[in-house]
Amino acid sequence: MQHDNLVEIEGVAFDYGARPVLKGINLTAKRGQVIAIMGSSGCGKTTLLRLIGGQIKPSQGTVRVAGESLGELNQAGLYRLRRKMGMLFQFGALFTDMSVFDNVAFQLREHSDLPEDALRDMVLMKLHAVGLRGASHLMPAELSGGMARRVALARAIALDPQLVMYDEPFAGLDPISLGVTGNLIRRLTDTLGLTSILVTHDVQESLKIVDYVYFVSEGVIVAEGTADDIRASDLPYVHQFVHGEAEGPVTFHYPAAPYVEDLRLGGQSA
Amino acid sequence: MNKTILDLWVGLFVIVGIAALLFLTLKVGSMNTVNNSNSYEVVARFENIGGLKTRAPVKSAGVVVGRVADVRFDNEMYEAAVTLRLDKRYAFPKDTSAAIMTSGLLGEQYIGLEAGGDSVKLKDKDRILITQDAVVLENLIGQFLYGNAQEGAPK
Amino acid sequence: MLKLAIERLGNRTLQGVGRIGFAVRFFVAIMLHSGTAFRRFGLTIREMYFSGVQSLIIILVSGLFVGMVLGLQGYETLQTYGSEEALGILVAMSLVRELGPVVAALLFASRAGSAITAEIGLMKATEQLSAMEMMAVDPIARVVAPRFWAGVISMPLLAALFSAMGIFGGYLVGVQLIGVDEGAFWSQMQSAVDFEQDILNGVIKSVVFGIAITTIALFEGYDAPPTAEGVSGATTRTVVTSSLAVLALDFVLTAFMFRGLS
Repeated sequence: MQHDNLVEIEGVAFDYGARPVLKGINLTAKRGQVIAIMGSSGCGKTTLLRLIGGQIKPSQGTVRVAGESLGELNQAGLYRLRRKMGMLFQFGALFTDMSVFDNVAFQLREHSDLPEDALRDMVLMKLHAVGLRGASHLMPAELSGGMARRVALARAIALDPQLVMYDEPFAGLDPISLGVTGNLIRRLTDTLGLTSILVTHDVQESLKIVDYVYFVSEGVIVAEGTADDIRASDLPYVHQFVHGEAEGPVTFHYPAAPYVEDLRLGGQSA
Repeated sequence: MNKTILDLWVGLFVIVGIAALLFLTLKVGSMNTVNNSNSYEVVARFENIGGLKTRAPVKSAGVVVGRVADVRFDNEMYEAAVTLRLDKRYAFPKDTSAAIMTSGLLGEQYIGLEAGGDSVKLKDKDRILITQDAVVLENLIGQFLYGNAQEGAPK
Repeated sequence: MLKLAIERLGNRTLQGVGRIGFAVRFFVAIMLHSGTAFRRFGLTIREMYFSGVQSLIIILVSGLFVGMVLGLQGYETLQTYGSEEALGILVAMSLVRELGPVVAALLFASRAGSAITAEIGLMKATEQLSAMEMMAVDPIARVVAPRFWAGVISMPLLAALFSAMGIFGGYLVGVQLIGVDEGAFWSQMQSAVDFEQDILNGVIKSVVFGIAITTIALFEGYDAPPTAEGVSGATTRTVVTSSLAVLALDFVLTAFMFRGLS
């Protein structure tokens, strides 16, 4: 059954213990789109990814992927659905005791009965797509950060998923790797017909490649729109975020007592 | 780590480990516990078994021929009924006597069988009629003090 | 002040009890997901290499030294009663019943147990376990269960090797060095050490210890906070908790197994 919306999040709230992290999120991702979820650290972006992946359950609302509601699935169903998803973790999360080749081959070996020759070809194809076919024999410890993330990307698309999620794909990369990564995400989404959901706070790189952006602040979506909409937006929070301004809705100073009082000036003996 | 080398090492480990277990079982321990299939049981009654325990050896001419299987108290005759499990290979005459002996001066106690002369042999569930009780230290001292040298009367 | 201290104590006790409950559920989960560990026995064999084979050297060397010390100390004591010939019995009984299973278990806990905790803790901290889950592979079946069975299978083998080396060490010191009669050494040992009572019980003990140590090591790693201090704290806790567990279980098992002797 083809659904236009691959991911649908309706009225989702999530509490971490007593603390509400998400307070009512509505989000959709269509097939073939690159979606970015942006916001400052700790606003709940990664929580959204984990909700979509089924690693946590929402306190309220529903999460639907490919038409199936995650809350109604048992573990077997969840695992079946996860084979249609790929996730790229922030630092790659490659299996350190296996080579690059074995990492990418992992899902193929676990979930299919492909003979080793066919498997080898598929692994090399995925590595070629991220430009690392020549590095297949290396161990994760021998890779740079950017390379590790590209291998993790190859691993995530090994089973040709319908949805790929990226947790901070641009964090900590040098300018060349930034460009390469952004390029890869867009190209793979277009050529493989995926849907990509990025969680990031790198505005410049993501605005270059995304179709739609959701801005999350304090557990709710404060703004959404296409890349142009966001760039042109004059909502204070969005404006501060996009242009990297020091002062705005997010203040520079952490709440504190007035400065003068704190320094004990104004009539008090030292 | 090459899979073949790994398998080799683990295989070696398991073989050496099982060899150690076998060494312990055969060379260190005694595997010849007399069990039900190759043994027969006889009962002997004593007025005092002293420190005799189950699994104590039953010896004849110093050779282990069986084990004490069970020790029970007969509430009607007020005696101890000791079940001996003897190796089937060894047959004893019906008038064999059983005595409770001590190995060494203060060692553990065992049952010593002294063969009689009867041509009929003891069978499974038979009773040994001639028994000699354990030497109880207090009685011995008492006898010594009162100058009596009395042997436990044969039953 | 006192109220605060009591509150904190109560809190920590409740946390501890909660953790024990979680650990029991963890153990049950391992049992339920053990199918993979046996169907893909190569995984278990691989872990047996890391837990068992790599512990061999410390086990064999320690066993040898413990046996040699038993020989020396035992001879000293037995000589007072003129029973030097019972040296074989003393060395063998001490090792097979107690020292073999217990000391081998303690060594296993500190070498293999801590390594397992560190490895699993690190895998959790670097999100490798999450990644595996997202790839629809259950980490308990793929990572945890093989390590569990590897530990349970390796432990009795290591304990037997420890005892065997110890007896050899006792033989070296007693017979070769000191001069106890070789024939008496082995024959008295054989007549006193019983298969069911001593050797089998020793094996049962080491299997129980293996289960306890491996479960604790796996649990601490799986539950460790994903930070550097978290993993190092978990590793320390594994060694301490499993050592205490081994000693406590030893008491319980010994009381249960050897009560029928008198």
